[in-house]
Order: sequence, then C-alpha cells, then structure tokens
Amino acid sequence: MKRDMKYLCLVYLEKDKLHAVPDSECQNCGDGLRKNGLLLAAEALEPVDTATTVRIRNGRMSITDGPFAETKEQLAGFYLIEARDLNDAIQVAAKIPPAREGSIEVRPVRQLDPEKYV
Amino acid sequence: MPTTDPIHETVSAVYESDSRRVLATLIRLLGDFDVAEEAMHDAFRAALEQWPNEGVPSNPRAWLVSAGRFKAIDGLRRQKRFDSLDDGSGKTADVAVLDTEAWADPESVEDDRLRLIFTCCHPALAFDAQVALTLREVCGLTTEEIGRAFLTPAPTLAQRIVRAKGKIRDARIPYQVPEQAELPERLEAVLRVIYLVFNEGYSASSGDLLTRHDLSAEAIRLGRLLVELLPAPEAVGLLALMLLHESRRVARTSPDGEVVLLDDQDRSLWDRDLIAEGSRLVRAALATKRFGPYTLQAAIAAVHAEARDPASTDWGAIVGLYDVLARTDDSPVIELNRAVAIAMRDGPEAGLASIDAILDRGELRDYRLAHAARAEFCRRLGRTKDARASYEKALALTRQEPERRFLERRLAEIPP
Repeated sequence: MKRDMKYLCLVYLEKDKLHAVPDSECQNCGDGLRKNGLLLAAEALEPVDTATTVRIRNGRMSITDGPFAETKEQLAGFYLIEARDLNDAIQVAAKIPPAREGSIEVRPVRQLDPEKYV
Repeated sequence: MPTTDPIHETVSAVYESDSRRVLATLIRLLGDFDVAEEAMHDAFRAALEQWPNEGVPSNPRAWLVSAGRFKAIDGLRRQKRFDSLDDGSGKTADVAVLDTEAWADPESVEDDRLRLIFTCCHPALAFDAQVALTLREVCGLTTEEIGRAFLTPAPTLAQRIVRAKGKIRDARIPYQVPEQAELPERLEAVLRVIYLVFNEGYSASSGDLLTRHDLSAEAIRLGRLLVELLPAPEAVGLLALMLLHESRRVARTSPDGEVVLLDDQDRSLWDRDLIAEGSRLVRAALATKRFGPYTLQAAIAAVHAEARDPASTDWGAIVGLYDVLARTDDSPVIELNRAVAIAMRDGPEAGLASIDAILDRGELRDYRLAHAARAEFCRRLGRTKDARASYEKALALTRQEPERRFLERRLAEIPP
C-alpha cells in the first residue's frame, strides 16, 4: 500500500503523568515504527514550563514565557528544528511565516532516558 | 559573628563588594545557576578558613572564582564516580574544558555581570520571574527580602525563581550578551525590569515603607551598574529619570503620609545633587539623538526640577516633549499627561477639551487619574457640578489609601 499521507500525532498528558509511561517503552515504540518505515520524526518534549511563544506583530518580534493557549486557534503544523540554544531557536521560529498571524510555541525536545524513567 | 576578627571583616567586605561578580563568572564557568551559587558559598567558606593562615590574596575575586570552580568540579567528579561506574565521556569532557585558565580573560569577566543581567531579564521568562531573578541574582537580595518588598509570600517567590532557573537550564537560555541586532529589544526588557523595581519602591501605597524605599535605591544601583557596563542612551535616560523622581521623594508626601501634588510641593526639599546629576545625564542622552521614551520622560522631569516654582515652569517645553513622546508611544496615558501640560500652558479650557477627546474615544474611562485631572480643570473653570461628578468617578476607581483621602479632601473643598 502506498503511504502518501503524513500525520503528526500529538501526545497530550497531564503534567504529573509525564513520566507515567517508561521511557524505554516509548523508545521501543519509536524504534519499531522506524524499522517499519512508518516514522519521520518522533520526540518527547520538556514540560510546558519550558515553553516560549514567539509572535511577529507590526514587524516586531514579541517573546513571551509559557505555551500558546488561546483556545480559538488550533494546531496548524509543526517544524522540528535544530538550534544552538533558545535564542537561536527563537530566530528560526520568528522566520516561520505564520508567526505574523498566529504564534509559534517553541518547546525543547527532551532526550529519552530509559535508565532514569523506568 | 564577632566583629573583632579582622579577616572575618575582610571576607564580609569582599562578599559585599564582589560576591555578585564572582557569582556571574561562576555561572559562565559552571553553566548552572544553582551549582554556581553553591560554589560561590563554598569559596567564601574556604576564604574564611584559609585567609587567616595564608593571608588575604592580592586578587581576592580571582582567588574566590578559582576556589569556587575547583570546589564545583571536585563535587562533579565525586558525583560522577558515585553516579555510574562506566566512563561515560560527557561530564569528564566538561571538566577538562573548565580546567583551562581562559576564564580569567578580563574582558570576559567584565562581561559576566552583563551576561547575568541579560539572562535574568530574558523575555522568554515570565515578567515577574525576571524581576525576582534579577533582584535575587544580580542584586543579591534574599527571597525573604524580595517577598517583603513585593508583599508576596516568600515561598511563592522561591517557586518563581526555581521555575525560572529550570527554564534557563532546560530550554537552554544562553548566558550571553545579545548580539547587536537583538540588543535594542533585549535592552528594553532590562530597562522595564529596573523601572518596575523603582516604581514599586517609589509609588508604594501599602506595606513596609522603609523596605519599599530600599527597592528604589536598589533600582538606582542597578541603573548605575547598567550604565557603567553598557552606556546606551536609554539606559542613561532611565537612570536620569529615576534620579529626578528620587530627588522629590521627601517632598511628595506630607509628614502624616498624605499625597502632595507637584504644584504644592516644598521645592526646598528637593535633592539638588540628584537633580544636578539627573539633568546632566538627560543632556548627555539627548545629545546622542538615539534616545527613546525613558530619556524623554527624564527630560520632562528635568524641566520640572529646574523650575524654581510652579509658575515659572516652562510648560511650552513640556508640551513639546510630550509631543515627541506621543510619537514614539501612542499610549493614552501619555496623551493625558500632554493634556495636563496643555492646560498649564494654555489654561484649563484647552486641557479639558483634550481630556474630553480622550475620554470620548472610550480610552481611559476606567483610569482614575483621567477623571481626577478632568475634575481639577472643571474646578478651576468654576464648573462645580462637573468637577464633583468627576471627583466621584475618580474616587470610585482608586485603590490607594492616601490618594483616596486626597480626592475626598478636594471633593469637600468644592463649594456646594
């Protein structure tokens, strides 16, 4: 069967259940999907406390602490980027065109640590 | 601790003058606020133990940075051995890099304090966290002191600071002075933090007044440090603005705690030294032609400060400065202040027309000072009914106790 569609599967968890599933299990899941050619990119994220929201209004960048949480808008896409640090990531995020209309939430990826979260 | 011990006194003095610089450099070397803070305290503890025997080093700050770095690396090594038996290369490599003497480069060390300021005021941190973190890390205030000054429970503040440090670490907010292209916006964030700290202390309406006053002094100290490290025109302008406000502190409240308006202040109580310094800084900032709203507000404050009495105030100059200010910032509050200046220059009728235009647009309808100013103009024009109505609106909106008493007095003075 031809796989010509792409889906971003978003994982939602309550804060105190972030480590309810062992990291090793997540890693195995990812490995399995990757082996079967089903996976483009998968990452765990740091908690929402670490989120930064970037907007461009009137050509000026505004940076705020926290997740983007205006319920009227919905998730419209995602970019998985590589950056040196948050300042670097913000520079990239500011160039993502919808920053002018909506906002870009920048969340650091968390390295899975199967030894710590078992 | 007994004050008879001269070494102890020396260490205390070095702590007072240099602990923030030591901390700023250790954060760069160790890459973590908490590790650096612990290392700094270890270093001062080591100084207390070693200086009595070895003598005070010729460069105490370098000694403390060295000692702190050594203690932290030692701790990391031990923890590493404790954590795992295999030789995972990550931490060992970090430690090797730290062992070089590159940290002592004087330019980097000087920049460390600026790095610390910009990191604490990073816009990716919540604004109240920026304020708390700056007072904690840059000024060295304790969490309890910050809590008292902001009328916030210490545990709430502690949590705010812990969260901010967590975000710096996990989202990797870099420890650096912003590049030229980002500098104006990042500097704005720093200035906003400093000015908030100042205003918290200056317009204190409740709480321990003495502590709150200290907050203004702290903001001025921060402003001076920033100007010393990065003499950008707006940093100079903000320092001038704070000094000029501060010069009137004693005159703006009566001995029994009542508000005294600018016009009614005893100008002999104004601090002439602060005015002279503030005015000099304003002129320097204006001369750069790259000034912004802080410098303009400082210039307005300087015009007031240089007038011998209210009647000799150069209201034309003040209106002109508000015109420029309104171009950089279209806030209706600035327009309101401009309306007041126009009233002083051209009479209450002109001021009333400007204020009514702002209120008619629906802006500032809930802003007590707009109604208070309108009431004042109506009173001067003899429109007692309108004056009464506006004072009552202002009274309904105010939450500051001295201000409420002031408005009630004014209201009572209106002839029936």
